[in-house]
Amino acid sequence: MTRVAVVRFPGSNCDFDTLRAAERVGADPYFVWHRDVDLQDADVVILPGGFSYGDYLRSGAIARFSPVMQAVKQHAAEGGPVLGICNGFQILCEAHLLPGALMRNAGLAFVSKPVDVTVERTATVFTRDYETGARLRLPVAHGEGRFVASPDTLRMLEAEGRVVLRYVAATEGSPFQPNPNGSAHHIAGISNAEGNVVGIMPHPERAADRILGLTGGAGIFTSLVSWHQEQSKMGVSSR
Amino acid sequence: MTYRVHVRVMPRSGLLDPQGQAVEHALAALGFEEAGAVRVGRAIELDVAAGSRDEAEARARQMCDKLLANPVTEDYLLDVEED
Repeated sequence: MTRVAVVRFPGSNCDFDTLRAAERVGADPYFVWHRDVDLQDADVVILPGGFSYGDYLRSGAIARFSPVMQAVKQHAAEGGPVLGICNGFQILCEAHLLPGALMRNAGLAFVSKPVDVTVERTATVFTRDYETGARLRLPVAHGEGRFVASPDTLRMLEAEGRVVLRYVAATEGSPFQPNPNGSAHHIAGISNAEGNVVGIMPHPERAADRILGLTGGAGIFTSLVSWHQEQSKMGVSSR
Repeated sequence: MTYRVHVRVMPRSGLLDPQGQAVEHALAALGFEEAGAVRVGRAIELDVAAGSRDEAEARARQMCDKLLANPVTEDYLLDVEED
């Protein structure tokens, strides 16, 4: 079974949804407290959404210094998969595991609604079950989701194909507006160069079950399980 | 020796500052049409124990680089005074 560590910070509030979404696809998820320094043999680490440390100073700025983040950095450095969702994405940027930063939405308002995104990079642990160009409808819920990076960094992200999710223009008849926060290049999610660290603003865990109305996010969780199964078959993993 | 450090963290010029824009519009609505280029940042004050003013400033600079400001999106200004 794929061991998925869901890290809880004071102020995390999507931890149970994330745990449940991982459970539904047959993974073995469990919580890890931010003060813990042991990820308990995690195959995959997820930093869930929420408002860690009340978003004091900047979103993710304080969480970055939690004891558990040393273990997360170590896990990532060894090639272990790490997914940051919403506040988790902000934490990964503050921790320099991903480039750029997430700033106050261009429209100032907190945005909570479904948006349409395309999956642009499928060569990651978390998007491998999608077709390239697949269009998903996922909820966003954030006040600071405007991705910002230097022109050089943006060029690099595009050139290396590291934009994982991108907001798309609304389809005809769709009530949803493109780019809900003014993100550079309509970026909704990126990965590191190796593809094992991914950060996304939309919430796949809120769109991973029929009862939630949307199911497009389930592929994120089936992807990490299918990745782990393949690793196990190749004898790469110890489990 | 204790020094009082004043840190001013501002959104980097050139980056969209929606808070500054909103404040500017509000000022205009109040009749202050002469106000322009409004930007909203953050002020942080702290005491720093150090052997000299230079040392206090150097330490405060490290604090800014590591935590108080985000090097991707923000610039900061330091003002150090003897307490």
